[in-house]
Amino acid sequence: MKVRVWGCRGSLASPGPETVRFGGQTSCVSVQLSDGSLLILDAGSGIRPLGMALGGDHPERIDVFITHLHTDHIEGLRFFDPIWDPSVELNVWGPPSPIRGLRSRIAPYFAPPFFPVHLRSIPSHPEFRDTPTRTWRIGSAAVTAQLVKHPGPTVGYRVEENGHALAYLPDHEPALGSDLSTVGTEWISGFALAEGSTVLLHDAQYTKAEYDERVGWGHSSTEDAVTFGRRAGAERLVLFHHDPLHTDTQLEGVLARAKELSASGPDEVELAREGMTFEL
Amino acid sequence: MAEAHPQRNLILILARDLASRLATPVFVVDHEGTLVYFNEAAEPVLGRTYAETGELRAGGWATEWSPTDDEGRPIPLEDLPLGVAFREGRASHRSFRIVGGDRVARAIEATAFPLLIREDEIVGAIAVFWERPPEGTTGR
Repeated sequence: MKVRVWGCRGSLASPGPETVRFGGQTSCVSVQLSDGSLLILDAGSGIRPLGMALGGDHPERIDVFITHLHTDHIEGLRFFDPIWDPSVELNVWGPPSPIRGLRSRIAPYFAPPFFPVHLRSIPSHPEFRDTPTRTWRIGSAAVTAQLVKHPGPTVGYRVEENGHALAYLPDHEPALGSDLSTVGTEWISGFALAEGSTVLLHDAQYTKAEYDERVGWGHSSTEDAVTFGRRAGAERLVLFHHDPLHTDTQLEGVLARAKELSASGPDEVELAREGMTFEL
Repeated sequence: MAEAHPQRNLILILARDLASRLATPVFVVDHEGTLVYFNEAAEPVLGRTYAETGELRAGGWATEWSPTDDEGRPIPLEDLPLGVAFREGRASHRSFRIVGGDRVARAIEATAFPLLIREDEIVGAIAVFWERPPEGTTGR
C-alpha cells in the first residue's frame, strides 16, 4: 500500500511561515491499496488538496474512515471534490455511537447555519456507516476499527495488506488512568490496533509539561507516544496530530526528545509532515 | 489482525481505570461474566487481593465468597445483583452475606449495573459494594 500524509496538524488548521515544514492542514492520510482501492483516513482540511490532486481521476469508489467527529477530522469533507461528483460511490465510515447513527451525527455539519448545502443535496449521496466491531475487507485490505481513549466515540484504525500493517491513532490518550509502562498490554487502549504494525501514526500533541496541564483532553505526550509504540512493537513510529501552537522549530525539539526516549523503543521515530509518503 | 494479545473492550478499560482510583469497593466483570478486576478498596471486604484471585469465571466467583441471604440460604448467581444486571440488563441492588477469603463472614450491600454499549450489547458489568454497618448503627 502507498500511504501519503495530507494533513497532520491537530485541533485547528495552522498555516503560516512557522508551520511550513510540517504543515498546517488537519488530519488526512490517503492509502492506495495494491488493487487500486483508495482509502482515506480522516477528513480534516488535508482532504481538500487530496481531492484536488485526484482531479477527475479518482476511483469510482472511495472509502473515507473518520476516527471521530471533532471538527478537525471532518471539516474538509465538505470541500473534498469527489463529494460533488454524482458518479462517485463514497462510503464514509465512522465511530459507532450508542444512541445515533453516523449520518444523523454528521448531518448538522452539512446544514445551515454551518453550511449552505444540506446533506441530502450532496451529489455523491455518500453512505454513512458505523464501523463494524470485527475486521472487514475493503478492496485488497483488511480493516479493523476499535474504540480508543479520547473524549466522545472515537476509533483508531488498522489497515493490513500483504503482511504489512498501518496503524492510525491520531487522537488517543492511552495513558489516561493507566501506567503505560507497566499495565498489561490487553488493558492498553488501542494496543491491538498498533501491535506489530509496520507504521504507527500516533498522537503526540503535547510535550510532557503541556500534557501535565491537559490530562483528559484526549491527547498524548511525546513520552507516552514513544512508550505506546514500544509496548506495541511498532517498527516505525510517526508522531502525528501536532499542536497548532507548535512551530517547526518546536517540533524539531519534540523529535529530538522522542529519539532520546526511543533508544529502546521503535526502530524509527519521526514526525509526520505534509507530503510524507510510505510504501508498505 | 493479530490475535496473540486480545484487546479488552474500551469500556472495560475505562471501568477498570475508574475503579482503580476509587475508595469504594468495585468489582468488574466482562461480557461473559468473568471477573476481570476488583480494586484495592474491595480487598478488605473480600478478604483477598486481586493478585491472589486473578480472573475467575462466573461460576467461580459466584461461589468463591459463598453468598447467602441473612437466613443463611445460598444465593445463586442469577439472583446476585451482577446476575440480575446481566440477565435483565438493568441495575440491581441487594443486601447479603459473604465469607471472605480470610474466612471472615461479612454482611454487605451491592449495587450492580450492566455496561451496555447498545441496547442489546453488553460488554460487562460493575458492582459497587460496601460492608453493612453493624445492627443498630447508621454507618458513616
